Amino acid sequence: MKGSVAVVGGGIAGIQAALDIADSGFKTYLIESRPSIGGVMSQLDKTFPTNDCAMCILSPKLVETARHPNIELLSYSDVKSISGKAGDFKVKVIKKVRYVDETKCTGCGSCTEKCPSKVPDEYNAGMSKRKSIYIPFAQAIPRVATIDAAHCLYLTKGKCGVCKKVCGPKAVDYEQKDKEIELNVGSVVLATGFKPFDPSELKQFRFEHPDVITALQFERLLSASGPTQGHVTKQSDGKVPKKLAFIQCVGSRNLRINRKHCSSVCCMYATKESIIAKEHDPELDITIFNIDIRAFGKNFEEFYNRAQREYGIKYNNSRPPEVIVDANNALSLKYEDFNTGDLKTQNFDMVVLSIGLDPADSTRTLAQSSGIALDDFGNIATSIENPVETSVAGIYVCGVAQGPKDIPDTVAQASAAASKAAALLSGERGTMIKERKFPDEKVLSPEPRIGVFVCHCGINIGSVVNVPNVVEYAKSLPGVAHAQEMLYACSSDSQVTIKDAIAKNNLNRVVVASCTPRTHEPLFQNTCREAGLNPYLFELANIREHCSWVHMKEKEKATEKAKGIVQMAVAKSALFQPLYKQKVPLINKAIVLGGGVAGMTAALDIANNGYGVTLIEKEKELGGKLREMTELYDGKNPSDVLKELISRVNQNKNIKVINEAKLTKVEGFLGNFKGAVAVKGKEIPLDFGAAVIATGARNFEPVGLFSYGKDSHVVTQAQLEKMLGKGISTNNITMIQCVGARNKDREYCGRTCCIDAVKNATRIKKANSSANVYVLYRDMRTYGVMEKLYENARDLGIIFIKYEAENPPKVQGGSVVVHDSMLNEDIELASDLVVLSTPLVAGENEEINQLFKIPLDKNKFFLEAHPKLRPVDFATDGVFLCGSAQAPKLIDEAISQASAAASRACTILSREFIETEGAISVVNEGRCIGCGTCVAVCPYNAPSLYDVTVKVEEVTYTTKKSKINPAACKGCGSCAAACPAGAITAQHFSSKEIGEAIDAFDKGVRSISIGKGVVEVTV
Amino acid sequence: MSGEASTAPKGNGWEPNILAFCCNWCSYAGADLAGVSRFQYPPTVKILRVMCSSRVEPAFILKALKDGADGVLVAGCHIGDCHYIDGNKNAEVRINNTKKALAKLGLDKRLRLEWISASEGLRFSEVIRDFTEEIKKLGQNPVKEVK
Repeated sequence: MKGSVAVVGGGIAGIQAALDIADSGFKTYLIESRPSIGGVMSQLDKTFPTNDCAMCILSPKLVETARHPNIELLSYSDVKSISGKAGDFKVKVIKKVRYVDETKCTGCGSCTEKCPSKVPDEYNAGMSKRKSIYIPFAQAIPRVATIDAAHCLYLTKGKCGVCKKVCGPKAVDYEQKDKEIELNVGSVVLATGFKPFDPSELKQFRFEHPDVITALQFERLLSASGPTQGHVTKQSDGKVPKKLAFIQCVGSRNLRINRKHCSSVCCMYATKESIIAKEHDPELDITIFNIDIRAFGKNFEEFYNRAQREYGIKYNNSRPPEVIVDANNALSLKYEDFNTGDLKTQNFDMVVLSIGLDPADSTRTLAQSSGIALDDFGNIATSIENPVETSVAGIYVCGVAQGPKDIPDTVAQASAAASKAAALLSGERGTMIKERKFPDEKVLSPEPRIGVFVCHCGINIGSVVNVPNVVEYAKSLPGVAHAQEMLYACSSDSQVTIKDAIAKNNLNRVVVASCTPRTHEPLFQNTCREAGLNPYLFELANIREHCSWVHMKEKEKATEKAKGIVQMAVAKSALFQPLYKQKVPLINKAIVLGGGVAGMTAALDIANNGYGVTLIEKEKELGGKLREMTELYDGKNPSDVLKELISRVNQNKNIKVINEAKLTKVEGFLGNFKGAVAVKGKEIPLDFGAAVIATGARNFEPVGLFSYGKDSHVVTQAQLEKMLGKGISTNNITMIQCVGARNKDREYCGRTCCIDAVKNATRIKKANSSANVYVLYRDMRTYGVMEKLYENARDLGIIFIKYEAENPPKVQGGSVVVHDSMLNEDIELASDLVVLSTPLVAGENEEINQLFKIPLDKNKFFLEAHPKLRPVDFATDGVFLCGSAQAPKLIDEAISQASAAASRACTILSREFIETEGAISVVNEGRCIGCGTCVAVCPYNAPSLYDVTVKVEEVTYTTKKSKINPAACKGCGSCAAACPAGAITAQHFSSKEIGEAIDAFDKGVRSISIGKGVVEVTV
Repeated sequence: MSGEASTAPKGNGWEPNILAFCCNWCSYAGADLAGVSRFQYPPTVKILRVMCSSRVEPAFILKALKDGADGVLVAGCHIGDCHYIDGNKNAEVRINNTKKALAKLGLDKRLRLEWISASEGLRFSEVIRDFTEEIKKLGQNPVKEVK
């Protein structure tokens, strides 16, 4: 067994898996074939359904991955083969030649600026040009240049060589070769993602026309970092389009080209892109042509409704067979209007093809060479009970490589795969990781001795800002003991220079004037630590992003501004004090609330990782909703699955099950919760470090709808599910979808109801081929690979009839009357049994949300920390979420989420201690008046009031004082700003520190007032 | 794109000096993106990084205006995007109250609150350009002249 894991694929799935595995105490190799990690998510402008900026939420993960001491990033590398067995795999990796030495390149970009060769930029989906030597995008990790050998003038023709000449750190190396390396790891996680469908295969959509583009291209057009800075223009003439159409399911749900799957994400990304386009240009007319709109995820239906209601986006339930290009090269679409039955033609300025997700070629090749089974669609095969386990033990899969899915489901699966890999190798945890060792901190002299290092950044700063001038100015500032210039402050030799300068000049504060702290602060902080300085004695002055790059034509003024920026940093740093992250011990045990399939899976995964779990179930028996099911989607018997799961739970020594129990009290914080459980009238104390909420949901009872409760022939889908366990003899069955869902009371989509209906309709028809089975639906939402169930059902002769929400079916005695919106007429269906498909609704979540102070959404399901990248976390650290308690979901999705929640919990349980933030707020008790303002403003419940007895001469009285819990404080400083008594100090951003910087700003101000003829510098 | 001022309404070639408090997670990153994208704006602003816009105390603003700033910008994440859940809502209340107080001194137009996301590099440069123009119209901070 090896305590290491290889993660193949550096998109959001691979990144999340790598972070979780590394955080759980394993050495992790992240292997990405492109020059930068980030995957397709890095190309997205926004993410549905919140329209969060994709790069803003992704970029911190990229940086975290790059900085992680236990993640080794192998970018621009391909996996050739995987051999061996669980615990001991050999992974052969080809490190492709970059022609740039990664260890020397500083990512300054001088080479790309000077390179004369231009090629289509794949980051902008071919709609702009990049250079032959390039950094794929601004936030790329690693931020190093790569030479595109196919286009480089030197490598193809032996001419040019400019990049080598301009490269300051001498990183360009035309002699570099591919390198083959072999990794020995205990487990492998495949996160190889997908390939966007290439629409040129479907000639009828005329993709060769410049104004017929893919949705990914449209995404780039919408992006501020795209080829047109976010202005949607036609590729043909650069004009603004007035009328735009989306065609859905291009490369999905198409038997003729062997794309049987639904791609799961296109309906929502088309909706998102339409909304953003309308926000840019409210006059733009947008129609989305579709087969069904599949808004099945959390808040998707609401998003879809908003698109129509607030943005006027038109959804046309019709599918144009082709894009028509006339003699003038103008575009039009012909389609059937189902309201009238007429064929219609409309002109459009631009047509966007909603392309599907194809399995990646590399997935297939790797699977074949390594003996990993694929499913019918070319995805890596898994099962409902084990949604992240491949056919090879020890190799796990996550994300779209397993089947089409959106970002949150991808992230959940990634954490799930991490949990499995960590459990497999739990005996080796911590054996291959390293912790950085730093020398003891030196004793600080009372007076500040500040060192200032001003960076040229090649020519990035130096060509605009007069660096020697800034250095001279810095030398004149109070407290500065040393100042010097550097060509590249971030290069490894500069770190040695800085350390030497600290030692030689006995520096006790360091200011580097270069680029943004958001990427480079940790590097210099570590350099300080290596020189015996506390990392909080360091400050970056950003004279690149905030100065030389934005004032390129005003060199003198930019130099004056740079002086001001340095002065502010110096003034602030003089007051810096060493700060320490506190180490708080933790309880390496978890609780799981809810003993359904999600709760049991979470408990098993945590237990298999080696930690104790208490599983708390309110009922007498474990099993939850799975007890009520009589067949799974793949035909398996749920009771077999359940029996096996329960026996594994009962046999696991690390799991303690408490039935008929209820959590009644929770206090404390991450790593140190103190709770109590009520069992049969007794209350027992229970301490734990992390908690997983898996309390599920309940079926909606459609009382009063469609004669339910009055007519015994009207049942719910859940009741039919039970009846089918024994079999039914009825011949005419009609199912009605969306009962109690997608309406005013319950706006959301039930997600599982379409798939349940199709499954049960198929069971009836298979048992009795002469049965008449009708499914009355609004949109069939058999997303992803479930589309095959829908296709099979139609093949079996099950009749699907579409109805409109405004004109619902009527149940009358032994028949159902439905207005068929396709035929535009009423149809009467003889029905012995009417089955109502109802959604899951939230359970009794209010009690738990009060206990943990975790939020609920408007439908009373639990609200996760972030809908995209933190689907199983809560904003409150140490508490996690899975299964239908978050929103309705399928069993395999609930299982993935449960393993994900376990993985997230294990990243905490595997620690030896909890480390608090260093720059947190502290209360000066003497000044505190106990008003509680800080308690009110803090979103993390970090401050709390406690009683103190104060004795003043003869008088003794009790008052309240505030105390900030260092483990809960995140250091935002909101309380310090709000405190009316000035009793709270936001350390590192204290009023004094900021005040000094403001004072220095004033001085900088005067020095910059050169127009008035006053170049006054007060030191 | 350059911010060269052809006509300065107050003083020959006079350019305002603006102090910008930017939150670490959105606005500071937006200013970084303006740099990475090379969106040019006048060199009239210096940025002071705070972790959250809610860290900005009214006293900081008053001190800056008293000591020499012609304008103060407070920039944070868009409502709903705050890294600290709803710190920016606290900032909004606080800055608006400060603005009311400044109105009595006739200085309220010298304080601005803006939401700038990490992806809005262009917007950051536009905000600076626009605020610079507005301050130019107002002229030098009178408090500074008295001082």
